[in-house]
Amino acid sequence: MSWSIIPADTHFDFLGRARLFVAISLLLIGAGMVAMLLKGLNLGIDFKGGTLVQIRTQEEVPLEAVREALSKVGMGGAVIQRYGSPRDLLIRAEAGGEEVGRRVKGALVERFGEQGVEVERLEQVGPQVGADLREKAVLAVVYAMGMVVIYITIRFELKYGLAAIIALIHDVSITLGAFAITGLEIDLTVIAAFLTIVGYSLNDTIVVFDRIRENHRENLQLPVSRVINRSVNETLSRTILTAGTTLVVVTALFFLGGKVIHDFAFALLVGIVVGTYSSIFIANPVVALWDRLARKDEDAGGEGVAS
Amino acid sequence: MPKILWWKYATIVAVIGAALYALLAPNDRAKPFNLNLGLDLQGGVHLVMGVHAQGAVANHISRLVDEVMAEAKANKIYALGARSIGTTRQEITFAAPREREKFKEFIEREYPGLIYADLDERHGTVSLDEREAERIEDFAVEQSLEIIRNRVDALGVAEPTLQRQGKDRLLIQLPGLDDPEVAKSLIGRTAVLEFKMVDEDVLPEDALAGKLPPEDEVLYERTMDSVSNQVLRRTPYVLKKRAVMTGDLLTDAQVNIDQQYNQPYVGLQFSSAGARKFAELTGANVGKRMAIVLDGNVYSAPVIRERIGGGRAQITGQFTMQEAKELAIVLRAGALPAEVSVLEERTVGPSLGADSIAAGRLSMVVGGVLVIIFMAIYYRLFGLVADLALVLNVVLILGGLAALGATLTLPGIAGMILTVGMAVDANVIIFERIREELRLGKTPASALEGGYDKAFSTILDANVTTLIAALVLFQFGSGPVKGFAVTLCLGTVASMFTAIFCTRALFDGLLATREVRTLSV
Repeated sequence: MSWSIIPADTHFDFLGRARLFVAISLLLIGAGMVAMLLKGLNLGIDFKGGTLVQIRTQEEVPLEAVREALSKVGMGGAVIQRYGSPRDLLIRAEAGGEEVGRRVKGALVERFGEQGVEVERLEQVGPQVGADLREKAVLAVVYAMGMVVIYITIRFELKYGLAAIIALIHDVSITLGAFAITGLEIDLTVIAAFLTIVGYSLNDTIVVFDRIRENHRENLQLPVSRVINRSVNETLSRTILTAGTTLVVVTALFFLGGKVIHDFAFALLVGIVVGTYSSIFIANPVVALWDRLARKDEDAGGEGVAS
Repeated sequence: MPKILWWKYATIVAVIGAALYALLAPNDRAKPFNLNLGLDLQGGVHLVMGVHAQGAVANHISRLVDEVMAEAKANKIYALGARSIGTTRQEITFAAPREREKFKEFIEREYPGLIYADLDERHGTVSLDEREAERIEDFAVEQSLEIIRNRVDALGVAEPTLQRQGKDRLLIQLPGLDDPEVAKSLIGRTAVLEFKMVDEDVLPEDALAGKLPPEDEVLYERTMDSVSNQVLRRTPYVLKKRAVMTGDLLTDAQVNIDQQYNQPYVGLQFSSAGARKFAELTGANVGKRMAIVLDGNVYSAPVIRERIGGGRAQITGQFTMQEAKELAIVLRAGALPAEVSVLEERTVGPSLGADSIAAGRLSMVVGGVLVIIFMAIYYRLFGLVADLALVLNVVLILGGLAALGATLTLPGIAGMILTVGMAVDANVIIFERIREELRLGKTPASALEGGYDKAFSTILDANVTTLIAALVLFQFGSGPVKGFAVTLCLGTVASMFTAIFCTRALFDGLLATREVRTLSV
């Protein structure tokens, strides 16, 4: 017969250890917050304004030579780093404006010759556009979250909607924290990754919610928390399989997709792991907690306390 | 086999056929598949220009006030002078309150579009009403777009995109162009051509020392170093502020070569009205110097030797051939009604785009093959059917992109790769359900039916949320990100079709044609 990753009769007590997992999550979010406070987020030029020049040189050149050439045109403050191969370099300057790109290009051509250097990518974003994009990015994430919560509340109940949004805030916080800790750059594509994480994490959460609802219908008298463990266990193999196949492709993207979308793939990688985790360990305890509080209100001293 | 199944197969074949047709139908653009590649994949220049439309309003009001004052003078109403305050108002000075009253009356009678307000005994302001100012700004942006379109057309780029974005921004995308400098200098130039008389009574040295009459201004002729492209010298000229003639009466501008010095210059041809005006102007000023000013820079200031008929003039200066060509193009297309500046620029070289495509394709193949192998091992026959659905899913996404004329970007490719991972989700949910049903001891047919039915609402809810996120992304996104949103949407919808509808039709067909005792899931 067929084989399974998760045996069919798995009965792991997820809710019973909710405290432990919530503590782990808070620790991770806290670490991210500390990094954000200490180091801040590394916003790309999309959100900050500035200039980015990616060049490929004919031969491997020392970074010092590039810095020297740039200093001559007053661009000594630019950040220069290798980008993938030793022949690829990335130059970032905080200054924007039309002149900057031209100056960088002119200085490099002068130093390495017309044939010696090729500008592969040049991006300049003015401060106004940067501020606009920053605002739009935040709004997009907030809108997306708001809309899906409304959808879930309509399709399920308010407590599921709330649990979902707490899980989402959890996912986005941890992923953002990962960017703060690693110092990777946040650009427009990373925001796209964030919204994808929102979608994916919900997708995952809903599959479990759906099963909870189904199991709960069989016996409405039972507190929701009683059926949560069963539901999570029943959907566990699906959760792990889907996270697995998605992680496989995202890992391929991370290692093979090229430098340009490396940070994007990183965000997805972190987000999918965290999103899967949160739909099991964060969203469900919130539903259970809410349910328990609601029942206590209804009949104080009732027998609806689960664990 | 039941009739309904045949209908399902017909639908599937029709959908695949439509996708393949959209993707492979012969086109005149000789593209591999009918896919629009984003600038990040095929290379090119993406520019967002800001139009300083307020400047057009300022120009408009200052021209109007000049006209009003001239008209008033003709009616024996005298104002001493006007100056700009802010961008949309002009302050008028009068010798006495009586003149002010007469002027006010005159404006209110003759120029209903202007708003006059007293400032004090001897000053008043003139401004445009707000709606009119807005109309001028709006028109300036539209006109800039048209003029830039003409300039870009002269550049000979295949399939450029020019769009107005919001109130005062222009989006310009030039695929396949890898030198942004040419495009920028062509697009960003205001190209206001003016002819101004040199004030021979004032020495430049005195003017620079502060003795500049109010009707004069100092402009410079720049001498450039041809190698480093840096300004070597700036020669000051004292000019009358008022332009005696402007470039709006031009009909043509061409690059010519000066035979004597082998130096390119730009020959101008005026319209017949312009030619008449130019003849009058030169006739009245023989022996004086007239400066040719472009965007506030003096190009030359020759002495007028005789009356020039025929409406021809030329701009000489130290140009390279390339510069002369650009100059001719911008003069032909006309001056922009307001200054523009580059707010955002993204240039991708063609080789980087090709690298990105290759990297995207590689990660897609590697990721896809791994998923396909895994599904086949884990779910066996069912896994193979899911794999088939997966491949079909990719075909449908590509076909959808081609049919919608949407643009495939690098994040779009990433979205497609992600979809490959997520598309099997629907099948995983269904197959796990079928396993559960089988464990409950159901027959293959009812397990299959139960699995699909129970999984459906889960899959629907889960996909709708992804779709919502993707739609928000589409609304918010620019270029590459929008491409990602489109592929994500298409992928989600396509996976519902392939993973639920197509696979079920296959299994139902299997059950209908032979007796199945066990399911290999």
